[in-house]
Amino acid sequence: MLSRVAERIYWLARYVERAENTARMINSFQLVSLDMPKTIELSWKGLVAVTGTDAIFDEHYQREDERNCVKFLVADLYNPSSVLSSLKSARENVRTTRDLVPSEAWEIVNEMYLYARDNIDSGISKRGRYPFLTEIIQRCQTLTGLLAGCMSHDAAYDFVRLGRNLERADMTSRQIDVGAIRFLKRDPDPDDPQPYNGLLWTSILRSQSGFQMYRQHVKRRINGVDVVRFLLQDIPFPRAVAHSLRYVQEAVERLPRNEMPLRLIMQARRHAQGADVDELIHDDRLHDFIDTLQLDIAEIHVSIVDTWFSLDQAA
Amino acid sequence: MSIDWKTYDPSPYYDELIGARGKPRSAARQLTQYLSSLDDQELQARKQAADHAILEMGISFTVYSEGENIDRAWPFDIIPRVISKSEWTSVQAGLVQRLTALNMFIDDVYNEQKIFRNKVMPKYVLANSKNFRDQCKGIHPPHGVWAHICGSDLVRDKDGTLYVLEDNLRVPSGVSYMLENREVTKRVFPEVFENSSILPVDEYPTQLFDMLASISPRPQDYPEIAVLTPGIFNSAYFEHSFLAQRMGAELVEGADLVVGDDDCVYMRTINGLERVDVIYRRIDDDFMDPEAFNRDSMLGVRGLMRAWRKGNVGMANAPGSGVADDKVIYAFVPAMIKFYLDQDPIIPNVPTHLCMNEKEREYVLGHLDELVVKPANESGGYGMLVGPHASKKQRSEFAQLIKKDPRNYIAQPTLSLSVAPTLCDDGLEPRHLDLRPFVLQGVRTDVTAGGLTRVAMRKGSLVVNSSQGGGSKDTWVVDEEA
Repeated sequence: MLSRVAERIYWLARYVERAENTARMINSFQLVSLDMPKTIELSWKGLVAVTGTDAIFDEHYQREDERNCVKFLVADLYNPSSVLSSLKSARENVRTTRDLVPSEAWEIVNEMYLYARDNIDSGISKRGRYPFLTEIIQRCQTLTGLLAGCMSHDAAYDFVRLGRNLERADMTSRQIDVGAIRFLKRDPDPDDPQPYNGLLWTSILRSQSGFQMYRQHVKRRINGVDVVRFLLQDIPFPRAVAHSLRYVQEAVERLPRNEMPLRLIMQARRHAQGADVDELIHDDRLHDFIDTLQLDIAEIHVSIVDTWFSLDQAA
Repeated sequence: MSIDWKTYDPSPYYDELIGARGKPRSAARQLTQYLSSLDDQELQARKQAADHAILEMGISFTVYSEGENIDRAWPFDIIPRVISKSEWTSVQAGLVQRLTALNMFIDDVYNEQKIFRNKVMPKYVLANSKNFRDQCKGIHPPHGVWAHICGSDLVRDKDGTLYVLEDNLRVPSGVSYMLENREVTKRVFPEVFENSSILPVDEYPTQLFDMLASISPRPQDYPEIAVLTPGIFNSAYFEHSFLAQRMGAELVEGADLVVGDDDCVYMRTINGLERVDVIYRRIDDDFMDPEAFNRDSMLGVRGLMRAWRKGNVGMANAPGSGVADDKVIYAFVPAMIKFYLDQDPIIPNVPTHLCMNEKEREYVLGHLDELVVKPANESGGYGMLVGPHASKKQRSEFAQLIKKDPRNYIAQPTLSLSVAPTLCDDGLEPRHLDLRPFVLQGVRTDVTAGGLTRVAMRKGSLVVNSSQGGGSKDTWVVDEEA
C-alpha cells in the first residue's frame, strides 16, 4: 500500500470521527443546557476549548455566546476542526483514495458533505441544529458500518481503524477534561455536591452514547469519579479511551515495521489503565493527567507519520 | 405534451436518430418510440434523476478557469446517441487499421525511417514536430506498439459520411465518462435496455488491464501496474482514479515513485520500496522525467526514461508516441495505411490543407472565412479558429499566425457536424456532436462498443470539448438482429 494513500485513509477516518464526535458533543450539551436553571451559566466556550481551537475562535469572535460558539464548531471553515471543515477534509481524502475504498464510501462522504454544506444555515439555528447534527452522526455511522462490512480487512482498513480509534481516544479524553474542569464557569466546591453536576456528567455520557452502557455496567448513580473511570478505563465500552487504544494497538500489530508506534501505544495504555481516578480527582490532578495522556496520543500520531507516511524514509 | 418526431426538425443537418420526414432510423426505433411515450414532465423527471445520480456518483470534470471550484458536476444529456451494429463493425475495422498503421509509423520514425526514404512523407515535418523525442531513437517496445491507447475523434457530415477528425495518442481522456454515462442511463431508462440489444461497454477496464499486463517486463500472473497521475488538480483526475479503481491498480503520483540504482522503478509503500512493472501514465512527456525532459517538472519521476529505455518498466503510452498526434502527421495517415499495410483507409480523413505547402497556404489565407484553422499540436479545442463564426479581426490575427509559423497550422473545411435530439429547457432540440471511441493495442487490439459522444450543449455551437462547456451522451451500439 502506498504511503501517501495510507496517510489519506488514516486522515479520512480521523476527520469523519472528529465530525461525529463534535456533533455528538454539541447535541448533548444543547440538551443539558435546556435543563439548567437560568442562574447557572453554561460556558459554550468550554466546548470550543475541548477541541483545542480557542485561539482561532478568539481571533474571529469577541462574544463567547452560544450562537458564535455553535457557528464556529459547526460551520466555520477557518476552524479546521469544525464539522463542515472535517467533512470537507474527509471528502478530499476519500476523493483521492477512491481506488481503495468501496465506491459507496465515496458516495456517502460526498453526499454527507453536500448535505452539510447545503443545510448549514438551519444546521446552526437553535431549532434545526438537533436534527441536522443527528443526521450527520447517522451518516458517519453508516460509513463506519459500510467500511466494516464491505471493505476487505486489509492494510487500508487497518489505517481506517487506526485513525478512527486514535481520534476517538483523543476526543473522549478531551471531554473528560472538560467535564472535570471547564463546563462550569464558577469553580465547583468539591465538598458541596452541586445538584447539577449529575446533569453535566449525564450529558457527557450521552454525547458518547454511553449513558445506557454506564447504567448497565456501573449500576450506581451518576457521579464524577465513576463516569471518568468509565470513559477512561472501561474495556467493553467502544468509546472509552482504554477500549479505543486497545483497538489502535490491534490495528498497528497487523501493520509492517510497527515497533516504534507499538511501544508508544502500550505506554499510553498503561497510563490510561493504571491511573487511580479517585486519587487524581481528590488531588485535583485530573487535568494534568489528561494533559499527559494527550501528549501520549500526539506522540503516537507522530510515530505513525514517521513510520508509514513520511516519503523521505523509503528511498 | 410528448414529443412528436414529425415536428422535430434537424435540417439542414444529419440527425443520428431521426431520418427524413421525422422517421426514426431503424436502430433508434425502440428508443424514439419510448421517448414519444413520455410527456415533458416525465422527461424532465428523468433528467433530474440523472442529475442526482451524477452528483451522487461524484462525476466531475475540472474546468481550469473555475479556480478553486474543482468539482463542477459534469453536463450530461440523458438522450442516448444510437449507432447500428452493422455500421459499427466497419468503423471498428477502420479504427484497428488506423492504429496499426500509426504504431508502425511511430516505430519506423524512431528506427529505420523507411517512410521518409520512400518519400511517402517529407522528413522535414519531423524537424518541426513538437512531440518528436530524440531520446526515443533506437528503442523497440514490446509488440512494436507505442501508442497503446488511442482516442480518435469521429465526426459525421451532412451526407452521413463518418470521418476521422483527429487521433489522440498522448493521453486521451474521456473513457471513464463513457462508462459512467452507461451506468447513469441504465438507472434512467431501464425499460429500453430490457427491450433492445445494446452492446455492453463495461469490459474496457479489464481489457485495459490485460493490455497493460501484456507489456510487463516480468511475465507473471500479477504484474504490479500503476496509473501515474499529475494529481488531484489535473482536469482528468477523476478518470485516473476511476480507472485505477476499476483495474485494481495503484494510483500513483510522481512523489510515490523512485528509480533505484538498478534502473528499476519502485513505489514507496508502507512496507518500504516495491517494484513497479507497468506504468499507465497520464502525464505528458514533458513532465514525466526531469532528468530526460523538462528539468523543472515537479510532477515526474527522475530516471523514469532510463528505466524504460533499459526495458525495466512497461509504459503506456510509450514516451514519444505523441509524434503521431500532430495534425500535420494526421494528413498523412491515409498514405501511411497504404504504405505500411497496403490497404485503402476504411474511414476517411477530413480533407486537410497543410499551411506548410505554399499553394495550400495561399488557398487557406484566401478562404479563412470558410475554413477551420487548427494549430498542429494543441488538443482540447484550444487556439483554433472557426472561420465562419470568427470576426474580421480574429481572422486577420490568424492570418499573421499562419504566415509566421506555417508548419504549425492546418485548415479543414467547416463540416456540418451531425446532430441528435438533446433535452433542452424547451424540450428536445437538435445539438451538434462528435464521437470518441477508444482503441487498445497490445498483443491484440480492442475497440470500445461506441465510445464517448460529446455534444455542444449551446444552440448552434460546434465546440464539444468538455474543457469548453460541452457535455456528453451515452452511446448505444444497437444490434438489430439480436
